Parts: sequence; C-alpha cells; structure tokens
Amino acid sequence: MDLAGLTIAKARRMIQAGELSPVQLLDAVNAAIETTDPQVDGYLSRDYERARAAAEKADISLPLGGIPVAIKDVINVEGEPCTCSSKILQGYTAPYDATVVTKLRAAGAIPFGRTNMDEFAMGSSTENSAIKVTRNPRDPERIPGGSSGGSAAVVAADEALASLGSDTGGSIRQPAALCGCVGLKPSYGRVSRYGLVAFASSLDQIGPFTHTVEDAALVLQAIAGHDPLDSTSLDVPVPDYSAQLDGGVQGMKLGVPKEYFIEGMDPQVEARVREAIEVYRGLGAEIVEVSLPHTKYAVADYYIIATAEASANLARFDGVRYGKRAEAPRDLADHYGRTRGEGFGKEVKRRIILGTYVLSSGYYDAYYLRAQKVRTLIRRDFVEAFEKVDGLLSPTSPVPAFKIGERMSDPLQMYLSDIFTIAANLAGICGISIPCGDAEADGKKLPVGLQVMAPAFEEARLLRIARAYEAARAA
Amino acid sequence: MSAPHLDVRYVADLVRLRLSDEEIAELQPQLDHVLSYIEQLNEVNVDGIEPTAHASAVYNVFRADVPRDRFTQEQATANAPHSGSGLFLVPKVVES
Repeated sequence: MDLAGLTIAKARRMIQAGELSPVQLLDAVNAAIETTDPQVDGYLSRDYERARAAAEKADISLPLGGIPVAIKDVINVEGEPCTCSSKILQGYTAPYDATVVTKLRAAGAIPFGRTNMDEFAMGSSTENSAIKVTRNPRDPERIPGGSSGGSAAVVAADEALASLGSDTGGSIRQPAALCGCVGLKPSYGRVSRYGLVAFASSLDQIGPFTHTVEDAALVLQAIAGHDPLDSTSLDVPVPDYSAQLDGGVQGMKLGVPKEYFIEGMDPQVEARVREAIEVYRGLGAEIVEVSLPHTKYAVADYYIIATAEASANLARFDGVRYGKRAEAPRDLADHYGRTRGEGFGKEVKRRIILGTYVLSSGYYDAYYLRAQKVRTLIRRDFVEAFEKVDGLLSPTSPVPAFKIGERMSDPLQMYLSDIFTIAANLAGICGISIPCGDAEADGKKLPVGLQVMAPAFEEARLLRIARAYEAARAA
Repeated sequence: MSAPHLDVRYVADLVRLRLSDEEIAELQPQLDHVLSYIEQLNEVNVDGIEPTAHASAVYNVFRADVPRDRFTQEQATANAPHSGSGLFLVPKVVES
C-alpha cells in the first residue's frame, strides 16, 4: 500500500469501511520507513512489536482509532528512549507517558517511531542533533528545518501520516514550511507540556505535523485541554475544531504585517506568499496592511528569554538521576563539569552560557528584565492588530531550505531563520504553516510556507482560515 | 560604549560546564557577536512598561498536598548512572 496522499481523514474512512485494518496501516508505515528513511534519516528509533500489539487491539470507533503517530524525541513515551538527540540522555528510558501521549492513546492513536531533532530543540536545521543529520525530502543536500526536522521530514516524505513536535520559537512551523507539510503551534496553555523535556518554559508548546489542515484539527482535538499535571495549561473548554473548518473567509478581515516582508528575504518566497494573499482576497476576505512595530526586536528578545530559561531548565542534567555521567570524577565539581561538558553539544553550551550570563548578578536588569518588558510590547502589537483583523498572513520563513552546513559556522545567521515565527511564541498566540507553492533552486522545487496567526485560544478560527486556502488550492 | 563582552571561561564555570581551550576559543567570538546583536534592545523605550514573564493569564496554581500513586523508588532510580539501596549515589561531598 502506497502512503502518498494518505491523510488521517482518508485512512479513518477506509478503516471504518473495512477496507483497511490498523495492522495493515501500521505495516504500510513500517514498510515506508524501511524504504524511505535511509535517504531521509528522520527517525531515531521505533518499536514495531509494541505498536503492532496496540494495532491488533485498536478501537476503531475512537476518533483516531488505529492511526500511527510519530513522536519527536523530546516527548516521553513510557518504556521508550527519549534522547532529545543529545549524548547526555543516551541510555535513558522514559518511566511514564507525556500527557499528549496519554491523550493520543485515549483517542485510539498508536505512538510509533521517534523523530530526530536539534539537541534539546535548540536549532533551526536539525544539524545540532548529536545523533545524525536529517535530510530534506525534496533535496537530500538541504536541511529539513528545525528543531522538529525529523517530525516534519517523515510526514513530508510519506513515512508517517502525522507526528508531534514542539515549538519554542518556530520549531514546528519552520520545518513544516521547509519540508512542505502542515505544522500547527497551538496557543500557550492550550496543550499540556507534562512529559515534554523543557527548553524554555514560557514559550514551549506541543503541536502536530500533518498532510492537511483537516488532519491538524483532528490531532489537536485529541491533545488539547487542561491537565492538572501542567499548571500552565488553561482550564478553558476545547471547541470542536472540525465543526467550522469549512466555514470559509468571506467577510473576514485578514492583516498582512508590513514588517514581515523584509529586505533580504527570498524573492520567490515573497512571490508565493503574495499570491496566496491574493487567493484569500479572491475568497472574499478583506486584506488590510497592519503594523507590528516591535517585530525587529523579536529575535534579540527571544535569545535572552529562551536562553535564560534554558540555562535553568538544563541544570537538571547533572549526571545524578538520569543520563550519562563522566567517568571517575575527582570531586563533585569535576563530576558536574565533565558530565555536562562531555554530554552537551556546542549549540546547547552556547545557549546555557548566554542564558546564565543574562541572568547573572549585575546583568539581570540590563538584559533579562529589559527583555521581559520588550516582550510586553511585542505582545501588545498583536493585541492591537487583532482589534482590527481576524487573522494575520505572512511568510513562515524568509528563505526556503538551505544547504546542509551552510549556516553552522554562524549562530546568529541560524537564529535569524526564525525571524517570522518567534514573535508568536513571545505573545502566546497560535500559528500554523501551510504549503503555498515552491521556490526553485538548483533545479529542485523547494516548498514555501504560508504562516497564518490568530489570537490566543482561537485555533478554530486559525484552522478555518488555513483550510480555506488549502481547499481553494486543491480545487 | 565599548562592545559587550562575556567571559566564556568564567560563566561556564558558574554553570558547571567544563570546556576545552579550543571550545572557549570558538565560543568566545560567537557569543560576543550574539551579544552585540542583542544590544539593539537598548533602543526600545521601556519606561513604565510592565515585564511579561509568560503569556497566559494564570498565576499561582495550587493543588492539594496529598500523596498519589506515582513512581516506586525502584522506578525513580532506574535511570540513575549509579544507585544502590533505592538511593542515587554521588561522589563524596563532605570531607570526613
């Protein structure tokens, strides 16, 4: 069975009509991994026998009954490794399920396969994985984006129907754009992070990669909602995300933030996004230019706040309770220093050092406190924009997938890859990237992503806006 | 004003991160470069602006402090590099 073009919605119809069994579907995914993953390298590990046992007794009456879902290797699945693509977590076995995994299982889905990522979700190309390099399915010489590069690549390469990733500054939306699939970052507080290895606690969110907006709605439905185990998940009702999916954008006001079309962005990316905006106009949406004046400070603001939080979160990797420990330490300081020095990769070290510095005595007010105030202004930009418009349209990434190795020697250049996605995390709003055509480079067609953003907890509206474009493009 | 500078060796020591001389030589200019970029936040007028710690309107969530069935001692120490008698074993900290 060929998985190309197989969506969750279609697989569900086939399963319920008796044309496909959960075991057949799992076997098809497993076969696709065996055929395709040697070229893509999106997966780190998988436990076929366990998934097979789950498929054999899958309850197909449930919303995701019998659907395998790949999981980024930063989310705990009981009994499986959770390496975070780091040497420091080699040999770790998760003793529990993350809440999103518990919820997926409750909806009938089968967690199957762990995907590669930038170490501890720090990066924009998945090249910071300590385990291996994942390749863009459209061009093996190019990166898949990051940090959830494995989760994006396996969906785009038809080695998975859907996957979960995490998004701290664009780590779902940017790789979705660069690989050519749908990637949804829910609002801060919409999905529980219990069992997600923390990078930056005020920014991290878990969300799905899928082939279609319709499928993204199905997965979000399963994982959204309040969780007493994550005190930052808000106790607000979860609407039916599929109910208004096809409501269209007639009469909606959609904003185009002028700061998201900048000098230096790829002209083909700009052209595809402008064409997509015209499609929305054709569908009856009113297109208005808006301004988010503090956009240009978002990357700098993020690299203070995210690294500060990371330096605190990664203190737990001390070689005492889990993970690798340096051999034969002289004393406790030597134990800590060498365990962490040997266990963490370069980018993680850079961020821990920067984060420690901006929080250190004498610099806290100048860096961290100032960054938190600028964050207020960035957030206010969105609040004011959403008083005028229902949603925002922009490119997801200023460039299509770049070549492996191209940005590794210049961290700042890599950080700027997330220039259009970071502000949504700082503001806590929701965003989605959907494919909107290709840019050509070296004879290869590289996907371009359109980003739609909507106010916090307005995922139903976000999905409806995204779906309108997807449906128009398919027609 | 002079270019911002972060003493990598000193900060790495604060955060218990042992780095080689080669690593310090590589990280030093990269971090100074990032720090110079971050300096642009000084252009923003933040007078009278309240800081934002996180984006959701929820503060001080409490729960009842009651025991729950979670991990056994055995499960909790299963991933430890060194453990014994249900405890995490670490290098000697206090001199005798």
